[in-house]
Amino acid sequence: MRPFTYERARTAAEAAVAARRPHAKFIAGGTNLLDLMKLQIETPTHLIDVNGLGLDRIEPTADGGLRIGALVRNTELAADERVRRDYAVLSRALLAGASAQLRNKATTAGNLLQRTRCPYFYDTAQPCNKRQPGAGCAAIGGVTRQLAVIGASEACIATHPSDMAVALRALDAVVETVKADGATRSIAIAEFHRLPGDTPQVETTLEASEFITGVILPPPLGGRHFYRKVRDRASYAFALVAVAAVVQRDGTGRVALGGVAHRPWRVEAAEATLPRGAKPTMAGILDGARPSHDNAFKLTLAERALASILAEARAEP
Amino acid sequence: MKFDAPASDNPIDRLKVVGQPVDRIDGPRKTTGTAPYAYERHEVVPNQAYGHVLGAGIAKGRITAIDASAAKAAPGVLAVVTTLDMPRLEKGVTNTASLFGGPDIQHYHQAIAVVVAESFEQARDAAAMIRVGYAPQRGRFDLTAEAPKAELASADSGAPPQEDRVGDFEGAFAQAAIRLDETYSTPDQSHAMMEPHATIAAWEGEKLTIWTSNQMIAWGKRDLARTLGLPAENVRVDSPFVGGGFGGKLFLRADAVLAALGARAAGRPVKVALTRPLMANNTTHRPATIQHIRIGAAPDGRITAIAHVSLSGDLEDGGPETAVAQTKLLYAGRNRLTALRLAVLDLPEGNAMRAPGEAPGLMALEVAMDEMAERLGMDPIEFRVVNDTQVDPDDPDRPFSQRQLIECLRHGAQRFDWSRRAATPGQRREGRWLLGMGVAVGFRNNLVMASGARVRLDRDRGVTVETDMTDIGTGSYTIIAQTAAEMMGVSLDKVTVHLGDSSFPASAGSGGQWGGNSATAGVYAACVKLREAVAGRLGFNSAEAEFVEGMVRAGNRGVRLGDAAGADGLTAEDKMEYGDLAKRYQQSTFAGHFVEVAVDAATGESRVRRMLAVCAAGRILNPKSARSQVIGAMTMGVGAALMEELAVDTRRGFFVNHDLAGYEVPVCADIPHQEVIFLDEVDPISSPMKAKGVGELGICGVGAAVANAIYNATGVRVRHYPITLDKLLEGLPATM
Ligand SMILES: Cc1cc2nc3c(=O)[nH]c(=O)nc-3n(C[C@H](O)[C@H](O)[C@H](O)COP(=O)(O)OP(=O)(O)OC[C@H]3O[C@@H](n4cnc5c(N)ncnc54)[C@H](O)[C@@H]3O)c2cc1C
Ligand code: SF4
Repeated sequence: MRPFTYERARTAAEAAVAARRPHAKFIAGGTNLLDLMKLQIETPTHLIDVNGLGLDRIEPTADGGLRIGALVRNTELAADERVRRDYAVLSRALLAGASAQLRNKATTAGNLLQRTRCPYFYDTAQPCNKRQPGAGCAAIGGVTRQLAVIGASEACIATHPSDMAVALRALDAVVETVKADGATRSIAIAEFHRLPGDTPQVETTLEASEFITGVILPPPLGGRHFYRKVRDRASYAFALVAVAAVVQRDGTGRVALGGVAHRPWRVEAAEATLPRGAKPTMAGILDGARPSHDNAFKLTLAERALASILAEARAEP
Repeated sequence: MKFDAPASDNPIDRLKVVGQPVDRIDGPRKTTGTAPYAYERHEVVPNQAYGHVLGAGIAKGRITAIDASAAKAAPGVLAVVTTLDMPRLEKGVTNTASLFGGPDIQHYHQAIAVVVAESFEQARDAAAMIRVGYAPQRGRFDLTAEAPKAELASADSGAPPQEDRVGDFEGAFAQAAIRLDETYSTPDQSHAMMEPHATIAAWEGEKLTIWTSNQMIAWGKRDLARTLGLPAENVRVDSPFVGGGFGGKLFLRADAVLAALGARAAGRPVKVALTRPLMANNTTHRPATIQHIRIGAAPDGRITAIAHVSLSGDLEDGGPETAVAQTKLLYAGRNRLTALRLAVLDLPEGNAMRAPGEAPGLMALEVAMDEMAERLGMDPIEFRVVNDTQVDPDDPDRPFSQRQLIECLRHGAQRFDWSRRAATPGQRREGRWLLGMGVAVGFRNNLVMASGARVRLDRDRGVTVETDMTDIGTGSYTIIAQTAAEMMGVSLDKVTVHLGDSSFPASAGSGGQWGGNSATAGVYAACVKLREAVAGRLGFNSAEAEFVEGMVRAGNRGVRLGDAAGADGLTAEDKMEYGDLAKRYQQSTFAGHFVEVAVDAATGESRVRRMLAVCAAGRILNPKSARSQVIGAMTMGVGAALMEELAVDTRRGFFVNHDLAGYEVPVCADIPHQEVIFLDEVDPISSPMKAKGVGELGICGVGAAVANAIYNATGVRVRHYPITLDKLLEGLPATM
């Protein structure tokens, strides 16, 4: 860990202004940032603590949705009555992630911005374009079981590890931000995370020093909500494949995947085939996939996981 | 004392304290956080500085240059020692690669520098500023690719490598009515114990003390002295509590060597803990195996031919994983072949991990047995019963000292409702889950090791035991106290136990599941001497003296034990040594492992539902701590079956998933109800304690029982561990 200076921001706007300082970073729960600082993967020289900003409420919006403050903890969000009733996919995704202790600290914004779990990213002796642009990618041709099967590039094949973000993608959430000049903007979740392309170090469409104030959930979708996270052990592991689905009585619905790409993966056009079952739908969602020998199973797995969700959706009232 | 004839009746047989499920005597210290673990021993020496180890960033090659100037100038830094500053160190007897590498690098994360600073953070930060130039070389990292170059190897270093043959395997196999010829593999595994390797080192002139975490104090002392070129008497090693080892702390490791070098350079005591990422590649691991098994049987199930050849890899001058050990002894059969093959790999050093040999060996053999039973149309338990042997199949004049394998299996079958298992796989379903049951035999040889102890009797302070035996979480403190209490006729609270200090008599140490029986036998020997001293002082005939309830009695005289100690107390020291009983008898421990699993029919996720182990392992010195050992081992067996694998990057030559996020071990949610039954058994051939080991028996066979249960649930036979869902998917029922 490099030595750093520290300040507490008092307002969101102030936080964004403070972050104009070079090598500054916001710290929320710290559950991801601190680990990365200890390993010198992140080396900020200035930390802006944003925990005291009062962005820790979940409030109804005028059109019947919810506004989730950026600092709402994962535990509280998962337990919120309205979320459990109207956005169960989100609640389930959160509870499938990390551990109770981590969820108590982890925040909504921090969760969206958590960095990849690619093992080579974690070893500073290995070349990694995400850590050190231009260094090369040690993962390509290496141990890739956990890594991306679609949307990857010649520069990076990492996945985004968040469960919460997959549910937010299925719900068409919107990220709200403020910039140092005081301007605010709303970014659709579909536009928020980027594919790696030639610049895997740039993971979102946030601008430097832009601060997340909250996440908006559109009005409830109804339907039945599923989050099926498939992993090697029963808890406390990142997804091999995760399927978030909202299925309506008539068999239509939405599907988003985790564990397959550099961002939560959703192909709206492919959802039209959902009433015809998992096979055509997943074929559409994963069209163009380029898996490695080690992770080709994710394609079959995603399809089978969706099939089991659809079977459950049909079976119960 | 020499143990060279089967044990007769002795004071341990009273079982007033020994054999009772008493709580751990060190439990309160552990639960209140006051048991001192190496890195937290702030009080042992003042002015401790922090060392941070830098590991090599390549797997093979040479260091061309090290620039440590920025690190030396960094805030708080007291000293930087790089491998280029030093003459090459001697290697410990138990080390394959040098603990301070360079200029030649033998494996990834081999230690090449240590930075000492005022704080841990400063040391770590400065270590990252060291610039190292490398000239990398091509290495051998892929066991499968190196297999053709592998050579025959021997289980005991020193013995000439050879195939072990009895009868004519090839001929009998060719003629067998039912045959199996399959290859199985197990991956590299990491010990993944909770406490990392950690040491505080302090010099006083040419004398060195380390407070460390080590399973084998005498080996550690010898190898530290040797590595640093010190006379052994100048080295003291202290390790009273060890936060898990599983074989990973059997040997001197880089934390101790670099703490000592750092302390010398800084002129201050230095503490070093290996970081979690270093543990996988800097220290030892259980090597991967590729095992070829052939079994031939007559239609009645009798095995006529059995062959087991295991391939593993290690660094130059390293050794093989002895995965065929159990196959020599477990089942009858007239024609036999076992062999070990060893390939040279440039991966980190392979070495012992909980039940080395049998743990991976049974993961293969006991799946092969399940497959054979199916080919024969026999119940897997009946197939094993038919092939039981009460003598060493290599040498029929050598009986097993005790062998209750059939009893383990029969008792377990009844207890586990084995009759509910569907003989045809893929038959039982409950909602989305496919259910199956599996059985496998657990087998682990019992080793006895010489072990010494000192026992002291004081008028008011009761009995004090000192031995360099370690407690690696197993319960050594407690069973040693139970032994002394039983021998001296006092209650447990009158016994104090001090462990893990090299100034105490050398013990068996903790390894190979020999520690419990051997260390208590050493305490027994010292107590026999102390009883003689007490009797002598009181003028009693020591053969007649009875030690009961804090009194010594002979005839109609009775004296309070404390009074016999006198003002100065009485001390006795002895060592238990062993004759040739282990040659004349085969001593082994046995278990039947039963597992029920549920496999998600869509995703192939396997979740264990129930587990039972029935063990026959001599006298159980403390059923409570023994049970803890066995359920912990069963948990580790589930890990081995379902998830544990050090993933090798065969291009870059290292274990990629070198932290606990990437190297998955079971969590609570993975482990269901576990039941352990110990059959009544005393083994007078093993020692006066009549006990054997259980700590490794508990893992032996579990992986295969899980694998067999998954097969029974799904009909998919996986022969390559771990059995992750990707290996099942293609064989699962179709989905819509
Ligand atoms: C052992 C372990 C297991 C885990 N398992 C899972 C899992 O299974 N599934 C899963 O989804 N996650 C998992 N996680 C990740 C966990 O969810 C994240 O660490 C957590 O959500 C991050 O939130 P935080 O508030 O602690 O973020 P921090 O660590 O504080 O910050 C993360 C990043 O977000 C930035 N940031 C924070 N707040 C803002 C803001 N308001 N505006 C702009 N930038 C901001 C920070 O600068 C930093 O770059 C696991 C983590 C650990 C350590
Ligand atoms: S996949 Fe991406 S994160 Fe992983 S090593 Fe390559 S560039 Fe780095």
